[in-house]
Amino acid sequence: MQTASIFSFHGGIHPAENKAQSLQLPLGRPSLPSELILPLGQHIGQSSRPLVKVGDSVLKGDAIAINNGFLSSFLHAPTSGTVSAIEERLIAHPSGLSDLCIILTPDGKDTWTTLEPLNNWQDISKTDVLAYLSEMGIIGMGGAGFPTQVKLQGAHKNPLTHFIINAAECEPYITADDMLIREKTLELVLGIEILQHLVEAENVVIGIEDNKPTAIAALKTVLTQRNSNIQVAVVPTKYPSGGEKQLIQLLTGKEVPSGQYPADIGILCQNVGTCVAVHDAIKLGRPLISRFTTLTGDALNASQNVEVLLGTPISHLLDYADANPNALHRLIMGGPMMGYTIDSPLVPIVKTSNCILAASKKELPTPAPEQACIRCGMCEQACPASLLPQQLLWFSKSQEFEKAEHHNLFDCIECGACSYVCPSSIPLVQYYRHTKSSIREAREANVKSDLAKQRFEARKARQDAEAAEKEAKRLARQKAAPSKTTDAKKATPAKAAPAVAEPASDDSKKLKVDIAIGKSKLKKLQKQLLEAQEKEHVEDINSLQLQVSDQEKTVASLEAQLANVAQAAPAAEATPAPANDELKKAKIDVALIGVKLKKLQKQLDESPDDQELKDKVAGFEADLKAAQAILATLGASAPVASAPKAAANDDLKKLKIDAAIAKAAVKKVEKALKKAEEINAPEIDAIRQQLQDAQQRADELEKALANPEAATQTAETTTAKAESVADSANADAAKKRKIDLAIAKAGIKKAEKNIQLLKDQGKDESEINASEWPKKLIEAQEKLATLESEQPTPATAKTETKAVPAEAQAAADMDLATQIKKEKIAVALAKAQINKLNKRLENSPEDTNSIRQEIDAAEKRLQSAEALLEKLIHSQTNMQENR
Amino acid sequence: MLTVLLAIGMLVLLSLVFGAILGYANVRFHVEGDPIVDQIDALLPQTQCGQCGHPGCRPYAEAIANGEAINHCPPGGQSTIQALADLLDVEAVPLDGDHGTETAKRVAVIREDECIGCTKCIQACPVDAILGAAKQMHTVIADECTGCDLCVEPCPVDCIDMVEVGVTAKTWSWDKPQGIAATSLNIIATDRQAEVVH
Repeated sequence: MQTASIFSFHGGIHPAENKAQSLQLPLGRPSLPSELILPLGQHIGQSSRPLVKVGDSVLKGDAIAINNGFLSSFLHAPTSGTVSAIEERLIAHPSGLSDLCIILTPDGKDTWTTLEPLNNWQDISKTDVLAYLSEMGIIGMGGAGFPTQVKLQGAHKNPLTHFIINAAECEPYITADDMLIREKTLELVLGIEILQHLVEAENVVIGIEDNKPTAIAALKTVLTQRNSNIQVAVVPTKYPSGGEKQLIQLLTGKEVPSGQYPADIGILCQNVGTCVAVHDAIKLGRPLISRFTTLTGDALNASQNVEVLLGTPISHLLDYADANPNALHRLIMGGPMMGYTIDSPLVPIVKTSNCILAASKKELPTPAPEQACIRCGMCEQACPASLLPQQLLWFSKSQEFEKAEHHNLFDCIECGACSYVCPSSIPLVQYYRHTKSSIREAREANVKSDLAKQRFEARKARQDAEAAEKEAKRLARQKAAPSKTTDAKKATPAKAAPAVAEPASDDSKKLKVDIAIGKSKLKKLQKQLLEAQEKEHVEDINSLQLQVSDQEKTVASLEAQLANVAQAAPAAEATPAPANDELKKAKIDVALIGVKLKKLQKQLDESPDDQELKDKVAGFEADLKAAQAILATLGASAPVASAPKAAANDDLKKLKIDAAIAKAAVKKVEKALKKAEEINAPEIDAIRQQLQDAQQRADELEKALANPEAATQTAETTTAKAESVADSANADAAKKRKIDLAIAKAGIKKAEKNIQLLKDQGKDESEINASEWPKKLIEAQEKLATLESEQPTPATAKTETKAVPAEAQAAADMDLATQIKKEKIAVALAKAQINKLNKRLENSPEDTNSIRQEIDAAEKRLQSAEALLEKLIHSQTNMQENR
Repeated sequence: MLTVLLAIGMLVLLSLVFGAILGYANVRFHVEGDPIVDQIDALLPQTQCGQCGHPGCRPYAEAIANGEAINHCPPGGQSTIQALADLLDVEAVPLDGDHGTETAKRVAVIREDECIGCTKCIQACPVDAILGAAKQMHTVIADECTGCDLCVEPCPVDCIDMVEVGVTAKTWSWDKPQGIAATSLNIIATDRQAEVVH
């Protein structure tokens, strides 16, 4: 044993020690309380995570909470019993707030769990020993409760010159460490030896104040007996020599630089309590479940030190120390200088509670009111951290946080020496604490706002990237669309041979999606129709009804396509199961259409004059028959396994693309129509006409889409060569037809545009009629009509030759239906025109003649359209009867 | 005469030289972007809530740099207004009530039983603090939530609550002392004259 040299630190004070009171009685051991309250956050850093559930029985020393992250610790059951709750309880904290606690009800047996001491601590790696210490829940028992293993790990950064054991215990009243050294001298020395083994410092020094002669003597005896090289440095009594940085300065003469840790200058400091806990953990296998605490103050009749189980409520200790409730003025956790007032005696003892001070009014009077600073400078003289307390006070009062930081506010150890000496009774430490927490809050807010900004910007970048990608894809699609069709054409003969069933299923998927979309559109339209009926907008009703029936047809045709495609696919795969599925589906379709038909017929019964309804019923009947036909073919073809139809699929794709384009056009026109309706523009009729045209085109294309499918399907039995020839011929014809159609349509559009232009220019109808455009328009329309009537012929012819009458009929039906629709539209339009002209006739009697002429012309048109319509309907019914 | 000409000539020469130096420095040390906007943006709370009428904090920072009032940010509150006033050397004004009132810090909490998984709140969240997928329950990452309220309105089933973040023992901070008490001003006898008069 050697004696160490002693240095000095700036400032410090000499308050009344008041240590004798609690040393009168020997160490006490209070009885078990009725419940133990174990806060999960007993230390600096993250709260522990509970390992037990309510109702679990635990033995003394069982781990009940596990560390939650790096700066966290374990928690153990201080006695055996059951976990009665895990809930928020008041904790020993200056805020007086509650925190999550494990409540343990002791069973009174105090049964230890199996203890496993770490006997081979000298042989195993230091990391393992540190991990073991962590599992034993050992944290610094001097002040803040820094997890010991973290501190020891940090000490490995630099080679240690000094390992200092803090036994100074400078704060008045507290004698817990003094008593611990007296009671557990050997354990303390053994603990220091274990820690020295872990940290391997050059010098090991126990720093102890000269007001503990008994403890010093006991230490010296043991150290001499063990022939230890641990030094005992007796330092003069001065507050706050027990502060880590101050003790280091006292014993080494080195100052810990601002913002750094002792480990950075090669020094490690540990409290005596921690050393004893380390000994107990390694040599006895006991986790940290109890500690030495001083119970003192004038309000206690039996001031003493106690070895108390963690979690013991303070009220239990006050009873044990025979507290006088009348004398009790303030209850302080910790010492009078650095402790804090606790409002409730129900708070528990935690790992860092070294003293309970039950002070009387005389002992700790209410602080005198704060007065103005007189700039006496005594605080500066007292500050052990060599700060400028007065400056810090100004900055704190005026919220100049930046300046306070510049004056090293964070080096303040909150020892309270400045407040103690202040003649104006300014609670300086309270100001510093407030400023420190404000700065910390601001820093946290800053970190959070930076994070939020980062996330916001990341999100924005991601959204922009997504938008750009979408745009790029759209452009790529636009470019690819025309080239793809030609590609498909080229590939047709080549692809005819290889058996690829995939596209078929893909197509069916796509079709299903299309059907779903079509159905939802149908629903929407029906809703609109209902609304219109309620509001009695006659024109709207007409057009909407037409749209609805269109949409119904579209859905039906799509379903038919789906059936076809699906039929092709299972055939290729030569598995009867999917075919059965298709059969089922077709049956469902039939049932569905049947139901719809019934519904419509009911409606028809209610209003037998409704022509639209009648038409619809007729359309549905046709649909139903088509579906039944599909069902029949499916039933026939299901067991037949035949060659795949890749070529057909390519054609299909092409047609589909065209159909999609046509649909898009329909949508566009619909939008325009809506807009026009909104502003009640006069060109509504024209736009409606356009819309119908576009829809018709879409329908045609879909039909065309269905036809090649039918063709390919029926061609299954023929050779691949013949089929491809037929297909290409078919495709050529279709192409030519399409071009003609397109030309006719362009002509219509042009005419309409010009008419519109004339209208816009303010010319009235008669002038417009006088011009050549209406004539051209009608011509173009006629041409279109003829083209459209021609259109299905090749397909029909082909299908007929292939002897599949059901499908041919279905196609013809559909075609008829379209024509009927078209004529209906013409009729409706003509009617509307007549109405309009009649109105004008009433309003402007001057040009009666010209208007009359127009009316006549319109009526003629109406009659011819109606005649045509009748004919068409007649032929449709004929066809149905023939079947 | 010569002296006058010489003086003028010298001045012209000097101005040319310094002009060249300044011109070079302007190009050489050119600052990209507007640094004042960055400074303002750093003071704003970055909740991205849009209560100021701008789509995010940075647009508001830009607007402030262009002369908009500094009191349109309720989440920042008076402290942000003070900081902005200090930075821009203008007078600190009270918060403009039209843009909302300063509230305690809040986070969004989804009542998860009621969530239908529509993803609307996910799309609304400016800081991606909501986790979930279509038709799956969503949840808020409390640590990342800025309490901007933007997710509350789009929720079709109104299952998002804004919950105040209470003070815990870990987030608690010391109160500021009351300062020099009124009573302590009267400890000098001459200060009590007013009372003596009665």
